[in-house]
Amino acid sequence: MAIVRKVKTVFSKSLDDFFYGIAELAQFSVNVFKEGLRPPYEFKEVLNQCYEIGIKSFALVGVTAFILGLVLVMQSRPTMIQFGAGSYLPAMSSISIVREIGPLVTALICAGKVGSGISAELGSMKVTEQIDAMEVSGTNPFKYLVATRILATTLMIPILTIYADFISLIGAFVGSNIKDNINIYFYFNRVFEALHYTDVVPSFIKTFFFGFTIGLVGCTKGYNSKKGTEGVGKAANISVVMAMVGVIIIDMVVTQITSMLGYL
Amino acid sequence: MINATLDMVNESTTIASQPAIEIQHLKKAFGSNVVLRDFSLTVQNGENVVVMGKSGIGKTILIKCIIGLIKPDGGTLHVLEQDISKLDHRKLDELRMRIGFVFQSSALYDSMTVRQNLEFPLRHDRHRRITGNIEDHIREALRNVGLEHAINLMPSELSGGMRKRIGIARALILNPEIVLYDEPTTGLDPITSEEITQLILGLQKKYKTTSIIITHDIDLAREAANRIVFLMDGIAYAQGTYDELIHNTDPEITHFFKR
Repeated sequence: MAIVRKVKTVFSKSLDDFFYGIAELAQFSVNVFKEGLRPPYEFKEVLNQCYEIGIKSFALVGVTAFILGLVLVMQSRPTMIQFGAGSYLPAMSSISIVREIGPLVTALICAGKVGSGISAELGSMKVTEQIDAMEVSGTNPFKYLVATRILATTLMIPILTIYADFISLIGAFVGSNIKDNINIYFYFNRVFEALHYTDVVPSFIKTFFFGFTIGLVGCTKGYNSKKGTEGVGKAANISVVMAMVGVIIIDMVVTQITSMLGYL
Repeated sequence: MINATLDMVNESTTIASQPAIEIQHLKKAFGSNVVLRDFSLTVQNGENVVVMGKSGIGKTILIKCIIGLIKPDGGTLHVLEQDISKLDHRKLDELRMRIGFVFQSSALYDSMTVRQNLEFPLRHDRHRRITGNIEDHIREALRNVGLEHAINLMPSELSGGMRKRIGIARALILNPEIVLYDEPTTGLDPITSEEITQLILGLQKKYKTTSIIITHDIDLAREAANRIVFLMDGIAYAQGTYDELIHNTDPEITHFFKR
């Protein structure tokens, strides 16, 4: 009986925390639009964050995307050849990469790297009173720290995704060339032939939502972190988990919508 | 014309006699923990008030209420003739530009250099309270605290005393009318504490600011205070000059001052 009561308590607390977290995110996103759209605009800080969040992630995203493209082709090739569909390898890899692998892998990498970074930075600023210091100097910390970071992730994740798609396709080309000898012009000709705007547009649009989610979760958890350094660690951890789950849920929703619209 | 001139004189006399800070019946509680019960205090222009009391008694909460970082549960709080509770975000930010706040932890932006820390309030001052070259102001602020050579250092490269000095320089860079110091000498050795005390006094003299200093440092209180307020049980339990308080026979005050 005691165990049942304990499970009930834990379950009820988890449910409370879940709904509290959702409410916190909703309130934060309302404030982002409210504060972010009101002048003065912090263009310089947005550019700075684009550099910190986007440009500094190019190497990691590039290496991962290249390897994934290469592995995708190397693993798919034997099966496709077995079914006599070896010539469809460029088309298969391009659709897989552009529709799913590029956007999702970029978002998951950034959820880990950027989401945790934002959360830890804002969390430590909070516990060391730096956010209070900003507020007492007459600067709106929400506008300066939060709105700029969310805007930067929303803008940079799509750019990183385009870059990841391109690098991943190069990886796929290299993978194809390990066993076969394919001309690069022929390969990329087949790649672009296979792609339709219904493959490119929905997957590009969803990356803006991925970026917004990663920035929003990282900022919310960091800005509201409590209980000193322990709280900062927890905030960084939770923000990574929540951002990854959020990205996957958005991906599922977008796929469902695309399917309902007959684009799949 | 004469009447108008007289009105202006009367008005300026009234303004001059307005206190810089007027707190009446301030209340603040966190759950069941009542921190400020019925705190009242008036600080005149140019006055240095030191607030003392045991740790955790609510001294920092008091100055955070004054600058609007914490919303009080009750009472009235007028700062530079403005009711804090009635100010919207924009007006509150404008008022905050006229107040300097020195944090106990210094709260320097650790991703920025010393120069950028001092530049930050200047760049974000929409009302351009400070005119002229920003670099000159930064250099002057650093000269005032004797740390001109530290301009390109990161906060992590500074000692505790240097961080306090930079914190003071940043708080004073917009030439505020009021400065709130939260334990400016805590955690420093006696020599550095004395240096910080002399620095605060020197800067107050130079810029003619009104100050509230939160401290446990008896030496700082003796040297800086025009008046000491002893905070206990959420009220201004006792107040007076240093000499008046050390000769006070109340056991609580005697115990605090004669440790």
